[in-house]
Amino acid sequence: MSAVLSAFFASPTVQTALAVGTVVAVVSSVVGVFTITRGQSFAGHALADLGAVGGSGAFLLGVSQLWGFVLAGVISAVAMEAIGTRRLEGRDVATGIVFGAGMGLTALFLTLDTLIGGSSNAAISVLFGSLFSLDSALVPVIVALGVVTLAIMTAIWRWVALETLDRDLAAARGVPPRTASTLFLVALALAVQLSSLSIGAILSTALLIGPAATALLFTRRLSTAAALAAVIAVVEVWLGCLVAFASFDWFGGSSWPVSFTIVAAVFLGYVGARTVTALRPFGHRMAVG
Amino acid sequence: MFAPYLMTAWAGGTIVAVVAGIVGFFVVLRGNAFFAHAVPHGAFAGAAGAVLVGVNPLVGLGVFAAGGAVGIVLLGRRARHDVVTALTLVTMLALGALFLSRSREYSAQVFALLFGQILGVSPDQLATMGLLGVCCLALVALIARPLLLASVSPALAAARGIRVTGVDLVFALVIAAATTVSVPMVGALLMFALLVGPPAAAQALTRTPGQGMALSVALTLGTVWTSIALSVGTDLPIGFFATAIGALLYAGARLAARRRRRREGRSRMP
Repeated sequence: MSAVLSAFFASPTVQTALAVGTVVAVVSSVVGVFTITRGQSFAGHALADLGAVGGSGAFLLGVSQLWGFVLAGVISAVAMEAIGTRRLEGRDVATGIVFGAGMGLTALFLTLDTLIGGSSNAAISVLFGSLFSLDSALVPVIVALGVVTLAIMTAIWRWVALETLDRDLAAARGVPPRTASTLFLVALALAVQLSSLSIGAILSTALLIGPAATALLFTRRLSTAAALAAVIAVVEVWLGCLVAFASFDWFGGSSWPVSFTIVAAVFLGYVGARTVTALRPFGHRMAVG
Repeated sequence: MFAPYLMTAWAGGTIVAVVAGIVGFFVVLRGNAFFAHAVPHGAFAGAAGAVLVGVNPLVGLGVFAAGGAVGIVLLGRRARHDVVTALTLVTMLALGALFLSRSREYSAQVFALLFGQILGVSPDQLATMGLLGVCCLALVALIARPLLLASVSPALAAARGIRVTGVDLVFALVIAAATTVSVPMVGALLMFALLVGPPAAAQALTRTPGQGMALSVALTLGTVWTSIALSVGTDLPIGFFATAIGALLYAGARLAARRRRRREGRSRMP
């Protein structure tokens, strides 16, 4: 076991994966706590997939796919907020319409991309991206985007916390509700673009929702939940990387995809936490997660 | 445009549109858009698994669609529905990634399930689709009244003695069946767009469930037929046209509903 561990930490691929994975895990899970309490999991997932529109569109125009991703995410976030309604069911449909239209555009761009020759790798790899095949040139950009997202979240923390708990109270206290929720969606878009670009849309949604939902089973304080979620997310990412790395030996030289092992850790963590809280005789049975 | 090799596309598209129009009406009424995205999208993992063990992909698709849908309903009884949906979806997708990495075969077949291959339907597949579609609609007809009540007000339905979880489970199976009917032909992306766009437009324009369902089927049929025609005419993907038409219909219906409300508000004033 110790031989596997020392090989694990010595590999430069793993070092990059762990560094990026940690940044993404922390940013996603902090944003995720608000995403869940605001009931915007669907928007979070849709924004992750919608990055592909920007990626394939940017390829068509010949500009950097990275900025295509970021721009598409921010535009979709603003569009969702603009047509969204206060009723939860209405918001669900609004997200679905923007999501569907965006995926349709992706299909169009991908076809046009093949017509002009070549294909946009980013749009395909966004679905099944892998933490182990990261381009190391992307690492500084990812870290910078992560810092920007966390800075936005810190700046609007009080606004969004108040607006999440009670919209009318927030308005009475002088919080502009529309601005607060739009800024939050932009932070959400940045967080999921950053993760879907680096580790794929599957993992992006898993890390956004899973650790935060697990943490919210144990506490209802937003700040405590955010800290707990960040810890859970980092542990799950490291565990997933380790299992994926070690599985290389178990199956005669073909390892399990790292996206699968991390998602498995996230899902088992959530189900385990649900079991623990269900067995607890008293306490937060009806926690928000 | 009506060449013999396109006839299966027209027939299949019509089956898909009728099923999606009816099922989509309830999806929108219940606010189940995320669910309707997760089941078709996640079920592709089942097809990938079926290819791996050498079974008909349609079986894998159906099993994963049903398993995922039922799993979401059961896990969602005591937690936020959207959270459970997201986690089930990513788990199914991650399993799909695992299966794809095991099989080492060219995964074009599986990727076709995401974006669809409307010209790739054979006549005997069409028969299977039709049969599944009829089962799906029969199931909806069977539970139509309790489903309507449970969708509009779960509390009232429970007070009337309807077992809401049972209704939710049957509806989950309906979505799974609709997925299995449609995804091999139109892809997960287009299936989701049809389940949400035209039915949402229909609901913004009508007031009774009967009218809503009828308009929903009509709009979905219009969307599918127009998209097939445009796609054949321009050689661009059908998914793009169907999603764009769906979004335009919804935007138009929202505007029309707002104008109607304003006019009625004015006429009620003395």
